[in-house]
Amino acid sequence: MIRTLPSSKTYKIGYTIFIALFYVFLFAPLIVTCVLAFNNSNFPTLPWKGFTLDWFFANNGQRVGVFEDSDLLSSMYISFETGFYVSVMSLIVGTMGAFLFVQEKFRFKGALYFLALAPLVIPGVILGISILLSSTIAGGFVDQHFGIDIPFLRPSFSLVVLGQFSFITTFVVLVVSAKLKKFDGTLEEAALNLGASRFDVIRLITLPYLKPALIGSFIVSFLMSFGNFNTTLFLVGSDTTLPIDLYSRIRDGSTPVLNAVSFLLIFGTSLLAVFNLIYNNVKNKE
Amino acid sequence: MSKIKWGFYIFLIPVLLWLFLLIVFPHIDLFVNSFRSQNNLGDSIWSLANYKAFFSDSVYWYTFVRTAVYSILVTFLTFIVTFPVAFYITKVVSVKFSGFLALLLLMPFWVGELVSVYGWMILLRESGIINFFLLKMGIIDTPLKMLYNDISMIIGLVYMSMLFMIVPIMSSLEGMDDSLIEAASDLGASKFTIIRKIVIPHAAPGIVSGSIVVFMLVLGDYLTPDLLGGKNALWFTEQIYNEFIASFNWNEGAAFGFLLLALSTSIIWLALKITNQSFEKAVS
Amino acid sequence: MDNILEVQHISKKFAGHTVIKDLNFGVREGDFFSILGPSGCGKTTLLRMIAGFLEPTSGKVIIRGEDMSGIPPNKRPVNIVFQSLALFPMMNVKENVAFGLRRRKFTNKEIDEKVFSMLSRVGLEDYGNKAVTQLSGGQRQRVAIARSLVLGPSILLLDEPLGALDRKLREHMKIELKLLQAELGTTFIYITHDQSEALVMSNKVAVMNSGNFDQLDTPKNLYKFPATSFVAGFVGETNKFDISTQKTENNMMNITTKKGWKLEKRFFEDEEHNFLFIRPESIILKPDDKLKDVSRFMIKVKTILFDGSNTKISAYTKVGDERILIALPQNARFENIAVGDEMEAAVHHNDLKCYKE
Ligand SMILES: Nc1ncnc2c1ncn2[C@@H]1O[C@H](COP(=O)(O)OP(=O)(O)OP(=O)(O)O)[C@@H](O)[C@H]1O
Ligand SMILES: [Mg+2]
Repeated sequence: MIRTLPSSKTYKIGYTIFIALFYVFLFAPLIVTCVLAFNNSNFPTLPWKGFTLDWFFANNGQRVGVFEDSDLLSSMYISFETGFYVSVMSLIVGTMGAFLFVQEKFRFKGALYFLALAPLVIPGVILGISILLSSTIAGGFVDQHFGIDIPFLRPSFSLVVLGQFSFITTFVVLVVSAKLKKFDGTLEEAALNLGASRFDVIRLITLPYLKPALIGSFIVSFLMSFGNFNTTLFLVGSDTTLPIDLYSRIRDGSTPVLNAVSFLLIFGTSLLAVFNLIYNNVKNKE
Repeated sequence: MSKIKWGFYIFLIPVLLWLFLLIVFPHIDLFVNSFRSQNNLGDSIWSLANYKAFFSDSVYWYTFVRTAVYSILVTFLTFIVTFPVAFYITKVVSVKFSGFLALLLLMPFWVGELVSVYGWMILLRESGIINFFLLKMGIIDTPLKMLYNDISMIIGLVYMSMLFMIVPIMSSLEGMDDSLIEAASDLGASKFTIIRKIVIPHAAPGIVSGSIVVFMLVLGDYLTPDLLGGKNALWFTEQIYNEFIASFNWNEGAAFGFLLLALSTSIIWLALKITNQSFEKAVS
Repeated sequence: MDNILEVQHISKKFAGHTVIKDLNFGVREGDFFSILGPSGCGKTTLLRMIAGFLEPTSGKVIIRGEDMSGIPPNKRPVNIVFQSLALFPMMNVKENVAFGLRRRKFTNKEIDEKVFSMLSRVGLEDYGNKAVTQLSGGQRQRVAIARSLVLGPSILLLDEPLGALDRKLREHMKIELKLLQAELGTTFIYITHDQSEALVMSNKVAVMNSGNFDQLDTPKNLYKFPATSFVAGFVGETNKFDISTQKTENNMMNITTKKGWKLEKRFFEDEEHNFLFIRPESIILKPDDKLKDVSRFMIKVKTILFDGSNTKISAYTKVGDERILIALPQNARFENIAVGDEMEAAVHHNDLKCYKE
């Protein structure tokens, strides 16, 4: 039943079929979506009516491809921007948190750590409404007492960034502190002993050690942000992110242009995955 | 070793800002506002009206319980589907392929929930791909209504949750020494006994943490129930959305949000108590 | 006498539990000073206090006449070779060795020269660009030592540096380390729980027992005249017996083991003794009749533990049936000793080491 233990033939075949079905289940929706992005039909379904790139490049009365659809392009751009800000901020604050929780001793550390993990069990919708609520209250308060209108406290780009940042940071804390816990503290001591300052130690020893974890959590943070829907839904203003835009289009009746967008996303993330795989292989060989 | 104190505060302050401004205060606001409502004159007053509304309207009640029960069901189904896969990847398939198979698992997460849901819609709807092939092969004459019901919703929820279950299970199985299974088998245990007595207990921490994350994600999901569940698939997050965005009744929405939060924390707390795990351990 | 290191009445407590107890000693410049003790006796704790990673609860560390209290580890003139080596995995061999020099702001040219000459000294001049993960255990060892020595420390602290190596390599590195130290003249403070390492390499050995030194002496004295029963039992192989003693008229002492084996010894010290130690090689098989000042007894050979030059026999005394290990020299005289043989054996009075506790 494991690599070293023989099993009966029926068991093996049955198991393999199950696994194969699982992967079919996993990839069917993705593959179908990709294939239909190239179907020369006005609806994202079969039968196959021939190959076309219309859903990417066309711009006539009937069909507008992804690259000609300014709304889609702008929401894509906004998602990129959101993803960038969120992952940079989460990476910085999350790494700081990991250092605090792993390497420092201070009062209320346990309670603070508990709080830092809490977003894992707070549904995204709740995070969205609670941040919406308190930013609106804060905005109203400032407006009433000081007569200043702070636009970013209303549903807006910055609120989306803050909302996503609030739970993605938890993820960074977890990944970086897991790596930091495995860090051999004597490396830092050795560096100190050889005359390095505290700052040198972090710059030359600890950060290089954490680098793979930092790169990994940056990528995953970006993807979490890019694909986020549940929290964003409540915080989004006029700058819609891609998932919100796609959502409203799906509700209004879908055209294969959505398949084209999905294809780009699937293709892009596959490239990222391959890149990641190669990077790790190179790292391991070193 | 002498510690530079200000260095510590440079690290501490952003973390405190994050946790208090974005987690603690918003939830306090949520809690406080769930006890406010407007009286006849339109003034804001303290009241239990929001919670009364919840308990007096059976639709709310029904949706709430239904959401909880379905979330548990989806968590369980996700475990059933993914456990054999996790075992296969970590213990059965040759090491050469295990990395690749594990990487493939990440795809649905990487492309995002929306794209996967869209893919399922294309597959399942009346004019969808599955119906197309079934009609073509002559198995059915009229298209089946597979979308917009509980089954399609559950499929979508299981699909988007699988990764979060399988990764912790795989990591706890990876830490398990193969010789334990070899020893058990050598001592005459059947496959079923080995799975039940050796493998599952060993994977328990991973199963618990996977279940917590999956349960929470499913319970708090809006997108999948909304798009795959159709009109009558009432999900509690949809009620919250309606209160907030459609009816603009934020106080009642806050109360609903708070109830959902209470539900998720109490079920997770209960699960941790039953399985004897600690929260910090389970999630890291 | 000017000591390069003075440790004055140092103590260390961890959460109320005392690990180092009022320790007081000095190390002379150029010494190869070993601290020998069982696992958990506080060796690493002592070393970390000297290096500055731990503050002593009380007492002082003085290096070259300068009080080190409050001086951080990166400012102390001592370098340490860690038990785990702590080579930086993200840097290659050269960068590891150059690390400390760079912190001291040497020019690139000086760094290159120093690194190269240090690497040549430890025989790794061709390995500068290798990743540290590609080296063998012994090579990693040498990189760790080179990395510390290149800074020219007043004192090099080594925490069981050979612990991770296999036996053969350990024997080899033992000699190499000794030669390196003799060549450089740097003071080494060497921690180990392996008595052979301590005895072979050092000119001074301190035997540490639960937070304090039982004896600080030359290797030879340590072996020949253990000050306490702990030292007698810890350093070298030995036979240990629970005994009671009794004074006789002619200034002799009767020794009786628990099981009733009887021996006698001249030079009675006035107190009662409870433990007796006899080294396997101090027992003379088939002694001459003329031999004086010895205690004689009969044994019966139970098994022969063949181990080349280290071969021993496990025997039982005829009186008292005490089990005893005896060294068996591999020469023609003892060639035909076989299991089951009975013969006479003897121990010189000076080799019967008695202790009160
Ligand atoms: N930071 C600490 N906190 C509490 N107790 C400690 C700490 N460091 C060491 N100890 C205790 O102090 C005692 C001595 O530890 P130390 O590491 O000095 O032993 P050692 O002689 O180096 O042992 P080994 O040969 O195994 O390396 C041990 O009982 C250990 O548990
Ligand atoms: Mg130690």
